[in-house]
Order: sequence, then structure tokens, then C-alpha cells
Amino acid sequence: MSGSRPHLLAEFETAEALLRATRLGHADGHSPVDAFTPFPVEDLAGLFAPTRRWVRPAMAMAGFGAAGLMYALQWYSAVHAYPLNSGGRPLHSWPVFLLVPFEVGILAAALAGFVAMLSACGLPRLHHPLHAMPQFERASQDRFLLLIAPKDDPRALRVLLEGAGARLVSEMHS
Amino acid sequence: MSGVGQHQSWIAPARLGDAEITAAVADPIQKRGPGKAWFVALLCVLPFVLLTLFAIGAVLTVGIGLSGVNTTVVWGVSIANYVWWIGIGNAGTLISSMLLLTRQHWRASINRFAEAMTLLAAAIAGLFPIIHLGRPLYAYWLAPYPNTMDLWPQWRSALVWDFWAILSYLLFSLVFWFTGLLPDLATLRDRATTRPGQVIYGALALGWRGSARHWQVYETFHMTMAALAIPLVCSVHSIVGLDFAASLMPGWQESLFPPYFVVGAMYSGFAMVVVLAIAIRWGLNLQAMITRAHFDAMAKVMLFASIVMTFSYATEWFMAWYGGEHADRTVVGYFFTGDYRWLYAALLFCNCLAPQALWFPAVRVDLWALAALAILINVGMWLERILIVWNTLARGYAVSLWRTYQISLYDLAILFGPLGLFVLGFLVLARLLPLVSMHEVRQLSHRAGAA
Repeated sequence: MSGSRPHLLAEFETAEALLRATRLGHADGHSPVDAFTPFPVEDLAGLFAPTRRWVRPAMAMAGFGAAGLMYALQWYSAVHAYPLNSGGRPLHSWPVFLLVPFEVGILAAALAGFVAMLSACGLPRLHHPLHAMPQFERASQDRFLLLIAPKDDPRALRVLLEGAGARLVSEMHS
Repeated sequence: MSGVGQHQSWIAPARLGDAEITAAVADPIQKRGPGKAWFVALLCVLPFVLLTLFAIGAVLTVGIGLSGVNTTVVWGVSIANYVWWIGIGNAGTLISSMLLLTRQHWRASINRFAEAMTLLAAAIAGLFPIIHLGRPLYAYWLAPYPNTMDLWPQWRSALVWDFWAILSYLLFSLVFWFTGLLPDLATLRDRATTRPGQVIYGALALGWRGSARHWQVYETFHMTMAALAIPLVCSVHSIVGLDFAASLMPGWQESLFPPYFVVGAMYSGFAMVVVLAIAIRWGLNLQAMITRAHFDAMAKVMLFASIVMTFSYATEWFMAWYGGEHADRTVVGYFFTGDYRWLYAALLFCNCLAPQALWFPAVRVDLWALAALAILINVGMWLERILIVWNTLARGYAVSLWRTYQISLYDLAILFGPLGLFVLGFLVLARLLPLVSMHEVRQLSHRAGAA
């Protein structure tokens, strides 16, 4: 990637300043890559290309799948593997067989969702080049960081970012 | 309206900044030592922890003859404790997810320790069915696994439903809690000054960077988990209610039980959250984040739950009379005139009468009064559970079997001991992890500033 231009990482004090700079940069033809904030900023979500949303489908599949398997296990064990007459109840006692699949289905959905969330975020990844950038540790505390790719000359973008209220603008060579 | 005016302040205006919020939560863990109060508290709970371990060791060695159960009253303090703890355990996630879905942003300050409360209480609750099994060493028979005996669990048994409900709930709560913790672990990683701190928090944070894409996925997942948590919590405590309602005993076989148990769980859980909020606010100096407006809101929920509980009790009495079944009427008569009538009166006082003081705004913001009421509610809710067990079993269908329960030393040990275990869990968590969600309070503060 030695031929590509360095990305700029700009540090802002407020979420509003970050949003303004992102919009300004975008309007000027630069491409905002990502933003790093200490809490979810609602208006930011629309400004970056969204990741593929498969967390919920994964949860639904795992949940219904696990529930179905659990029901099948109960049916197999109670009707075929170990048919036990308990107070004259039918071997296939479907109303009470719904309870366990419900619990297990929700648990499976939660576990699948957690794995899907991590994989959608590209985590776990304990080290990332961004962690070496100055002030990046503040992104989890009290600063709002914008990673942006310049369209041509990074100096013009730097001026724009500083004009929008950036405190520190650093170059990131990937 | 002392302190709570038209504009509810969920965060003290003098300390709005993100840096201050972060410092207030993270510094007690990373910069300051435990402090004297922490050590004193630790010393106070240690005897209780040892007592619990000793009692569990004793019952595993000697058997459940140590408790006061007999051939008539075959359930006792263990079951009441189980229902009480799982009730408290259910409330944490219920509170956290219900308030998230209804966009009650003030939950930011209380949800983390409410979720921690869930984990600890559900883990403690899970002990009781096991130590109350006649053969605890066979507890694993509840799980379906290939075995040489060709046996399978009895899926029609409430005990098996309990096993899956508690297991699913405990693991689900762990995932929910850890997801909320992830961004805060990243904060602790970034603030850590020691090598072990950086390594441990760094590993736990899984490389979280707070990127806009991370947050988007995080919020999707967190919201979906909250939406799943509510039916899960309701089902878990309904299953606990079914332990009783699926039987054929007078006073238990009521379709009211599952929802009545769910509301009871929310009630005692909110009361426990109030007690913890008062203690944590004082212990960690979080007055800026847990404000009087929070207590006011929680008190209103307790008042509401108290009214629902009162209606539930009244429905029980009414249905026994209206149903006309002799045994049902005998049990309800026994509530008021039997061996446990004073405990029943105490229950009604704690759960129905005393919380009516919360109608007054002055009571809702007086922390001493709130703490006293919250403790009364928890005592009342324990009495409710033990009396559900005792009253019905002491006055079943067979008159010749009528007996009462004799409380034993072991019963007292497993009643009071686990409270120490619970507090110990909180003391340890308070030293290691943020008990208040930093990223959610920052968001709350941002909203308050923007409004």
C-alpha cells in the first residue's frame, strides 16, 4: 500500500464537531473511512457504508434451529428411546415439550448473535494499527476520532479538518 | 417535590463531561486502592461465605435431613430461597431490557449492576435445587446425555424444566452483561497504566475500537438481546411458578401462578436494585450519576408492583372462595388463622401496606425511607415464598397428614449465608469491573446536553 496516500486521523472534542467535519469532508470529495467514538452517535450511522446486517438472521436461524432440534430430541427420547407411561399421559406430550425448546432456542440465539456480532465487527482482533495512533486511546473515553481518506492532496484535507475544529490531525500509513 | 422538579435530572449538571464520567467510574478501580470501607465490608461478609460453604458441605455429607423438612412438608427453606433468589436474579435483566426497549435512557446508571445482580443471584439460586435433591451427586442426570443405562430425562417434570430454564437464563444473562461491558472494558484497557491491567483488560475487550460500524452492530445485537430477554425472563419465572402450579395441591394449582410469580420477581428485584443503588452510590461516590430522580422512578415501579401483588393475593382468596373447593378454602382459611398467621400478616404488611407510603413524593426521594421499604419488601417477598410452600403442604388433601415445618439451624445457615456470598460477589466485581456503564452514561449525558 506504499503507493496510496496516507489516511488522516482527526481528533475532535464533541460529537457535533465530528459530524460536521465528516459532512464537510464528504461534500468536498474526500472519503470518510470510519469514526471512533466513546458512545454510539446516532447520526453517524448513516454516514458510513453499513456493514452487512446478518446478526439478526443468524440469531433467528440458530434460535429456531436449536428449538427444533431440542423438540426432536424430546420426541425421540420420550416416544422411541425411552417410552415411559407417566400417569397415563400420551408419550408425545407436546404442550409441555414446548417449554424446553423455548429456553434453549433463546439461548442459542444469544450465543449465535454474540458470535455474529464479533465476526461482523472483525473481532476479536487484539491489535490493530489504529491502536498505535496518537490519541486513539481517547476514543474510548472522551474524544471523537475521524479516519478519512483524502481525494488528492492530504494538506488540503488537513486544512479543512483543522478548520472544522480538529485538535490533532495525524497521518496514518497503512 | 423536594429535589425532583418538572425537569427530571438524570445526571448532575456540574459533571456532564465525558472525561469526568469516565474518571468517576474507572478511577476507583484503576487508580485508588480499595479503601477501608471495602476491607471492613469484606471482613463482615467472610463469616457468611464460610457459613454457606460449611452448610453446603454439611448437607452434601449428611443429607437433607439437616433441614426441617418432614414427610408432609417435603419442601422448605431451600425452595423458598430458590424462588427468592431467582426472583431477584430475574429482575436485573428484566429491568435492564424493559427499560432499554421502552427508551428509558435513565437506565444507563443502574443497568450494569442490575445485570451483575442477575448473574450473582441466578448463580446462587441454581445451588438450591441441587442441594435440595435427595441425591445431589446425580444432579447431572437432569441433562440428556448418552449413558449405559439407556435412560433419558423425564421431560414432563418441572425439575427438568427448571434445569433448562436456569441454565439458559444464566448463560443468556452472561452474554447480555458481557456485551454491555465490552466498550467499557476497552476504556479500562486504554486507561490502564500497569502491564497486567493492559493485558487482562485488553484481552477481555477483544480489540473493541468504538468504530461507527462496531457501534451499529453492537446496538442491533444489544437491542435484539433485550427483546429476547423479556420473554425469556417471563418464561423462566413462569416455569418457577409452574413448579407449584403444575402440581395437584390446593393453593398451588392455580393458573394465576406464572404471571403472579413474574410480577413478584420484578417487585423484589426492583427493591434489591434500590438497596444496591443506595450502597453503590455511597460506596463509589456516584452521586452525580445515580440521582434522586432515579430513586423516584424506581420507587414508582415498586409502588405499581405492590398494587399488582395485592390484587394477586386478593385474586387467590377470591378464587378459593368462588371456586368452592373445600381444600382450597381450607388452605386460604389457614393463611389467616393457622400456625403461620403472624408471618402471613407480616407478609401483607411488608408487600401490600408499607409500600403505599411511596404515594408520597417526599418518601420516594428520602433514601433512608426507601432503603427501609426496599428491605421490608424483600423480607415480605421471602415470607410470601416460604408461606406458599408451608401453608399448602401443611394443609393438603389428607387431613391425617397435616403437620408443620420445624425450622433448623441448617435452614438458617442457608437462608442468611448466601447473602454474604452475594455481597462478596459485588465487592469483587466493584474492584475489577465498572459497576456503572460508562458508555451509556456518556450517551445519556450527551442527550441531556443536547436536549
